[in-house]
Amino acid sequence: MDVVMLSRLQFAAATMFHFLFVPLTLGLSVLVAYMETQYVRTGDETYLRMTKFWGKLFLINFALGVVTGITLEFQFGTNWSRYSAYVGDVFGSLLAIEASVAFFLESTFIGIWIFGWKKLSKKAHATVMWLVAAAGNVSAVWILLANGWMQQPVGFTIRDGRAELTDFLAVITNKFGLLEIVHTVPSAFILAAFFMMGISAWHLLKKQHVEFFTRSFNIGLVVGLVSSLVVAVTGDMHAVHVTRTQPAKLAAMESHWETQTRAPIVMFAVPDEKNERNAIEIGRLPGALSFLGHHDVNAAVIGLKDIPKDERPPVLPTFISFRTMVALGTLFPLLTIVGLFLKSRLLESRWYLWVMLFAIPLPYLAIEMGWVLAEVGRQPWIVYGLLKTAHASSPVAASQVMTSLSGFILVYGLLGIVGFYLIADFAKKGPQPATENE
Amino acid sequence: MVLQSVWFFLWGLLWAVFFMTDGFDLGIGSLYPFLGRSERDKHMMIHAMGPLWDGNEVWLLTAGGVTFAAFPLVYAVMFSSLYSALMLILFALILRGVSFEFRNKVDSPAWKKVWDACIFIGSFLPALLFGVAFANIFKGIPIDQNGVYLGNLFTLLNPYGLLGGLLFLCLFLVHGALWLTVRTDGSLAQRAESLAGKLWPVLTGVAVVFLAATYIFTPLYDNYLAHPVLFLVPAISVAAIVGIKVFLMQKAFFKAWLASAATIVSCTFFGVIGLFPNLFPSSIDATYSLSAFNASSSPLTLKIMLIVVLLFVPVVLAYQIWAYKLFSVKVTDDDLAHEEMY
Ligand code: HDD
Ligand code: HEM
Ligand code: HEM
Repeated sequence: MDVVMLSRLQFAAATMFHFLFVPLTLGLSVLVAYMETQYVRTGDETYLRMTKFWGKLFLINFALGVVTGITLEFQFGTNWSRYSAYVGDVFGSLLAIEASVAFFLESTFIGIWIFGWKKLSKKAHATVMWLVAAAGNVSAVWILLANGWMQQPVGFTIRDGRAELTDFLAVITNKFGLLEIVHTVPSAFILAAFFMMGISAWHLLKKQHVEFFTRSFNIGLVVGLVSSLVVAVTGDMHAVHVTRTQPAKLAAMESHWETQTRAPIVMFAVPDEKNERNAIEIGRLPGALSFLGHHDVNAAVIGLKDIPKDERPPVLPTFISFRTMVALGTLFPLLTIVGLFLKSRLLESRWYLWVMLFAIPLPYLAIEMGWVLAEVGRQPWIVYGLLKTAHASSPVAASQVMTSLSGFILVYGLLGIVGFYLIADFAKKGPQPATENE
Repeated sequence: MVLQSVWFFLWGLLWAVFFMTDGFDLGIGSLYPFLGRSERDKHMMIHAMGPLWDGNEVWLLTAGGVTFAAFPLVYAVMFSSLYSALMLILFALILRGVSFEFRNKVDSPAWKKVWDACIFIGSFLPALLFGVAFANIFKGIPIDQNGVYLGNLFTLLNPYGLLGGLLFLCLFLVHGALWLTVRTDGSLAQRAESLAGKLWPVLTGVAVVFLAATYIFTPLYDNYLAHPVLFLVPAISVAAIVGIKVFLMQKAFFKAWLASAATIVSCTFFGVIGLFPNLFPSSIDATYSLSAFNASSSPLTLKIMLIVVLLFVPVVLAYQIWAYKLFSVKVTDDDLAHEEMY
């Protein structure tokens, strides 16, 4: 394999692994801060135990998020040096701002939160957790603006063989980036809510700590319902924007070959890239794709055949990831709505608790699929329309990347196993008994 | 020109602050197997850095991020040239970071041994390799006109590079031992104190050899000879090193730690000033070197980033100093008993 392919694999492995932990950090930090605030306001010890229990799971997850983020910060230089030299003038500042505005806040205050229980007043301690939660979400804003710029480069001019910044405001109000923020951040809240509901369901099934986990479950329900509705709406807005800015991605998402008006969505299809058609198509909804992309059933949608072969993304992964994400995106609000109806007899609705327990991995899947869609669907471009991935890698030896890639797989594999084992272990142990006074 | 020069020194400052802050926890981690005799010692040592290491490490991310934003070409060439060394550092830092979190989560000696080893490797290796990397930068790196690195990992392990690694290691060990004297008690604090006393002459010796070797192997002194007033910076280093010893003898441990912080910052600046305006000099041909003037971002980006840095770095410093004040007192047994900590 060549350096480009190896670097792609490495980057994909590293970011996707990082993003196994990021969403829980984003969502759970806010929920833990909320619980601690409730404790400060009401003095109710259950909220304190909730803060500590969910806080502990949060911290294990957080540690993995932090360490896997560090490699990403440097991989643009190690593996994508031509990319870095070409776009650093615009792109680098977003990463630097993220570090100086968000990471410092997050990392300094998390230390204070962990070690400061006795050193700070209750109120100050809860405020510290809000700062951690805010910082995490602010970091998401900056990195997503950075990614949004790669999807839709704006505010620059090409000078001396590189992209130079001309309009910072355009970069930080880039529509693609803003849509990523309003889609990805709530999706992190879905994940945190389902995580909380799933673990609560497990304990409720065993009828232990009933009051504690009923309360946790109910918080999850509300957050899960609201955020899954927001995600569906912003996802739709996203699709419209993708149609306008990246027609090749939209066509691949739907495995749509012929440019046509009243373009259909096919319920089930098997793309056949070689022959530029779908091998199997079942259930056409005429006009649906036109509606999805343009909010107009009669609009024309560009098909893959009208896009030069060397500018088409890999169809199959783009297609499958979009389907999976949308299917799950339909499921999540349904599951939470069912939960609202069962709310008063949760403990007896054992089938529902089982479903919610096994639903824990689903938001993870949806989120990873979302990224595969966004990133693979952008190929062959690393910066859409500007720089191809094939021209972006570093002049390093393939053997070096091979070695580091093996290291990533080994180390991350082990960390992932240990990390999720510990999370599961502490989740099963449950909270401290109520008698222990703090 | 002015903007680029300002950014050059800000770049140096960020690295210096990173070495100053993360230096003590890399040092403690490297001392961990030697000073941590009992389980309580080990808990103490982890607690001594526990609240601060993560915030410290962000200075590295910011130094990296700022290199990317202000000198994209340097970011590209430096990190791809130092590919293998940097990957080693990053993997080491990963292991260190998770070890704090994982170690005390399972009550098994074998489990703890694994993470204890990771704490050591994860601290020792970066301490050494950062020194090796910077010494090599002082010396010049074999890069061609396209910024392609013509060496490998072992090219960096030359005598001068290794000497730089040794210097960094000594600086961090002293820094870490001193922090332990501030934060721990009992026999651990005593052993840390006597170790700092024993390491001090080693550090001084290595520093002198390094200064001499720098004269032989690098062009670093050119700037100093052109502007002798700059010798003030190495003079500060010397004063700070002496200060460590003086405060140590007075048992003014926190002051000794501050002196060691000043040593690290002034040593870094000794190198940075010597490099100016080069950020990544080529050892093949001086015209291939990447400098603040030929590798910077556009003036607009530099200006925006300057505003960001001037706005946020003071705020960061303020709350980090607050955090340091909160946690520069002795760890108590009560602290150790608290279960949601590491
Ligand atoms: C939508 C959110 C999001 C996305 C797309 C990314 N990250 Fe991330 N990152 C976070 C959200 C986040 C976070 C929630 O803020 C984390 C997770 C755990 C943490 O401590 O902060 C984090 C941690 C984190 C850290 C460690 C910070 C520390 O030490 O405190 C670094 C260096 C990065 N990230 C860098 C990156 C890079 C270079 C990415 C792109 C390739 C990236 N992240 C994608
Ligand atoms: C954390 C969430 C993210 C995930 C899960 C993710 C996923 C991926 C995947 C799967 C690829 C490989 C695509 C392919 O090779 O076909 C990729 C590539 C890449 N992504 Fe992302 N990405 C994420 C965030 C980002 C962000 C925020 C940025 C920029 C700031 C970014 C920049 C890149 C770059 C530079 C590549 C390499 C070039 C390429 O192969 O496309 N990614 N990412
Ligand atoms: C309900 C229907 C949904 C629709 C119509 C939808 C639509 C989209 C679209 C069009 C993109 C591609 C944007 C791009 O090319 O960059 C995308 C990306 C993404 N989706 Fe969804 N989505 C839905 C549900 C979900 C759910 C339920 C999750 C996770 C819980 C999710 C997580 C993501 C993520 C993480 C990305 C990548 C980041 C981004 O581009 O915003 N989506 N989504």
